[in-house]
Amino acid sequence: MSHPNKKRLRRSMMFLNCQKPGLIKDPYIYKPDSIMLDLEDAVAENQKDAARYSLFHALQEIDYHGVERVVRINGLDTPHWKEDIRVCVAGGADVIRIAKTERARDVHTVEEHVLAAEKEFGRPEGSTLLMAALESCRGVLNALEVCESSDRLIGIALSGGDYTKDLQTVITGTGVELMGARQQMIIAARAAGVQCWDTVFTNLDAMDVFEEEVRMIRRMGFDGKSLVNPRQIDIVHKIFTPTQKEIIFAEKVVKEIDEKKALGIGVFTVDGKMIDIAFYDGAKRTISLAKASGVYEGDL
Amino acid sequence: MEIKKAAMAGTLESSDAQVTVEPGNGTIELSIESSVIHQFGKQIRATVLETLGRLEVASARVTVVDKGALDCTLKARVECAVYRSNDVTENLPWGGVIR
Amino acid sequence: MINAVGREIPEEILKITGKEPYQGAKAKDNYAFTRGAAKIRAVVDPGRSKMVASIREVLEKCGIQDGMTISFHHHFREGDYVVNMVMEEIHKMGIRDLTICATSLGKAHDPIVPMIEDGTVTSLRSSGVRGKIGEAISSGKLKNLAVMCSHGGRVRAVESGEVHIDIAFIGAPTADEYGNLRANGGKSNCGVLSYAVADAEYADRVVAITDTLVPFPNVPASISMTKVDYVVVVDEIGNPAKIATGAAKPTTDMRKLRMAEYCTQVVVNTPYFKNGFSYQTGVGGASIASTISLTKIMEERGIRMGFGVGGLTTPMCSLLEKDLVDVLVDTQDFDLGAIESIQKHPDRHIEITASEYANPFNKGAYVNKLDYVILAALEVDVNFNCNVVVGSDGVITGAQGGHPDTAAGAKCTIVIAPLLQGRIPAVCTSVTTVTTPGESVDVIVTDYGIAINPRRPDLMEALKDTKLPICTIQELRDQAYAIVGEPQPVRFGDKVVGIIEARDGSVMDVVRQVKEFSFED
Repeated sequence: MSHPNKKRLRRSMMFLNCQKPGLIKDPYIYKPDSIMLDLEDAVAENQKDAARYSLFHALQEIDYHGVERVVRINGLDTPHWKEDIRVCVAGGADVIRIAKTERARDVHTVEEHVLAAEKEFGRPEGSTLLMAALESCRGVLNALEVCESSDRLIGIALSGGDYTKDLQTVITGTGVELMGARQQMIIAARAAGVQCWDTVFTNLDAMDVFEEEVRMIRRMGFDGKSLVNPRQIDIVHKIFTPTQKEIIFAEKVVKEIDEKKALGIGVFTVDGKMIDIAFYDGAKRTISLAKASGVYEGDL
Repeated sequence: MEIKKAAMAGTLESSDAQVTVEPGNGTIELSIESSVIHQFGKQIRATVLETLGRLEVASARVTVVDKGALDCTLKARVECAVYRSNDVTENLPWGGVIR
Repeated sequence: MINAVGREIPEEILKITGKEPYQGAKAKDNYAFTRGAAKIRAVVDPGRSKMVASIREVLEKCGIQDGMTISFHHHFREGDYVVNMVMEEIHKMGIRDLTICATSLGKAHDPIVPMIEDGTVTSLRSSGVRGKIGEAISSGKLKNLAVMCSHGGRVRAVESGEVHIDIAFIGAPTADEYGNLRANGGKSNCGVLSYAVADAEYADRVVAITDTLVPFPNVPASISMTKVDYVVVVDEIGNPAKIATGAAKPTTDMRKLRMAEYCTQVVVNTPYFKNGFSYQTGVGGASIASTISLTKIMEERGIRMGFGVGGLTTPMCSLLEKDLVDVLVDTQDFDLGAIESIQKHPDRHIEITASEYANPFNKGAYVNKLDYVILAALEVDVNFNCNVVVGSDGVITGAQGGHPDTAAGAKCTIVIAPLLQGRIPAVCTSVTTVTTPGESVDVIVTDYGIAINPRRPDLMEALKDTKLPICTIQELRDQAYAIVGEPQPVRFGDKVVGIIEARDGSVMDVVRQVKEFSFED
């Protein structure tokens, strides 16, 4: 049986530097769905050890009030990742984010060490979830293989900075350079039945551009976005929250389909739109997103 | 654990603490400077001594410059300094003496 | 004796000061008294000049002597040169045992400390002190008690005659040779001279100090020639860069933005938010951000403010620019935008006196007409008592300002404070020192949640259907303590070094000498 939290709501996943005690002590007041405690790029090379002690005690002693605790570990090409995995599992991290994932084998390697750590530290086997960041052209091309690599894998995240370097271009703000990767990844994730998150947006002076980008990735089907600043959280949640119009329509669709099915009717109209069984799952998803966002007051 | 050489961990940023350990002469010589000494001085000392005790450090000169760090940060900084003084960065006893 | 906020006020302190313990915010309503008065030297001879060549000379003409009370205003804030230049001359003359009665003192006045140590200054009355003067008082170096008063409380003391000022020194951005003083038009514009008005009225001798002499008559004057004895011209009365800074860039700190949003939501969901409402706010990042977010909602809903009170900053003045407020009444300008505004809108941005602003002992002040005031605090306790004067190290490091006055007057007093400042919890079991009584404080807004004073069931009712994270003040404290641990109370010595004077002149609390921390205590 797969992990009960595998498909939980993850609209906002906020990065926090593990090396900064002031940042990791109370990020839950901003109410992100997940925090991503970073052992990788944000932490200076000579402070990798220090960040782990801080991480361990934060995981053990800080009450994050139900916010999911993801830890981004160092890449498999570094000397740090094995100890990173030990501390994550010992501390009880909910999810490990694997940096620079290129193929299923990378996930398997991490999985082996996670399992060993779960045994070492007496954690239930399979309790630590994984997510994979795709940061290269090869990684993006292998998206489906990565998505299908492990039962622990909750989904894949685009890491746009490294990816555009590999693509030999830059982040332009228009999104054109990320178009292919975004499409490829969301299609792979949906095919494999896992989640998919968009890359960070770092220009904090362009909140309107950020908002546009969030609207776009929601339309594309993404589950959420990696964030770098708490000011971005409310915007993401607002955009990912179904409108009252969407909720009412979804409610009608679900109810009508339940009713008409019993009567043996396959196709009918709701508010002038042709509806059939294919709309059912989508409408259900809208309702559950509305519930998770705290805006659903109906009885479904 | 023995303090083999001087080592330091942490910063002087707000909510952090900088901890320095140096080889001692058979006892723990602890000096604490803190921006919140009036309200939390005793708690800081107790946390630092407890952490050193768990790590079985019996001889050291320990200097703490605290900028309002929480207990979890104080512990992390003391542990980091002690392990650094032994050049140990792998296979740490998470959940054992580090807890 | 235990006063109405539960503080033990030693009998000896009541005896020395002749004061009563604080008995409640409205205990002195209808209090009858005879005003104090100044001893005036008439200027009958039209040929007599008021111009005096130097500070030294004017001190001699005023007959400065040991034991006198001299006064200063704080409109030049941390850019003030006047206090130090006058005190330096006085010090050179060997005068002793002075009382300084300032509207406020800051770090700019650190050079006064040696004069406290050598007995030149032995008493002090001020809204507050920062920097080294605070340290000197808290370590017991001032011979007599320091009296920390509110802006309204100080003008009450002056007008009621409790404090008699022998010589008032008034830094004036512009003056004419006959003593008409204005706050604008010179090198060191400060917008208004509100806090100096009572001093000009009630001091025996009034000395204007300016760096910009302008042709007679300098009108409209904030302080008239009819009150001024002498005019001294010096090179510089202040540092303009520190008197008024550029408008602060709106904060991007999400913690402050969140508190600002909570604060604005409290305002717009309480019944006083309707056309013609009145409002005052402070200069902190969250206060400014809340003015900005409130402006947006006023525009959306078409709700106008009747009057705004300040302590003003650019965001309050832009309400006037956008024609969202009828009138601003002003006692102090914190940035260049506010100074420009009072120059640009003389008909709707009005200078008022400190007495009009906040004096509890006149026939009604502006604070009594406030709907909302947004304040900050160093500490708030579970009884909603606030401390804005004594720091977490036990040292005096802040000013009452208009905090207790506006809190007492406003229908809805909101205090914004981040729950944790580093490891120090802002919400605690008992504040180190009470400066504003909990009975005057209605809502505490923190980044973790909002607490409403149980004395205000009407506000609880008004806010119960909002999505605001409302909890009890005890819950806020418990949440803070759960994160940082329970703080130990600051240990003080026995010696009382100062009193927190309530706005009505009674004793709110005492401040004791600091004691060096020891692990053995």
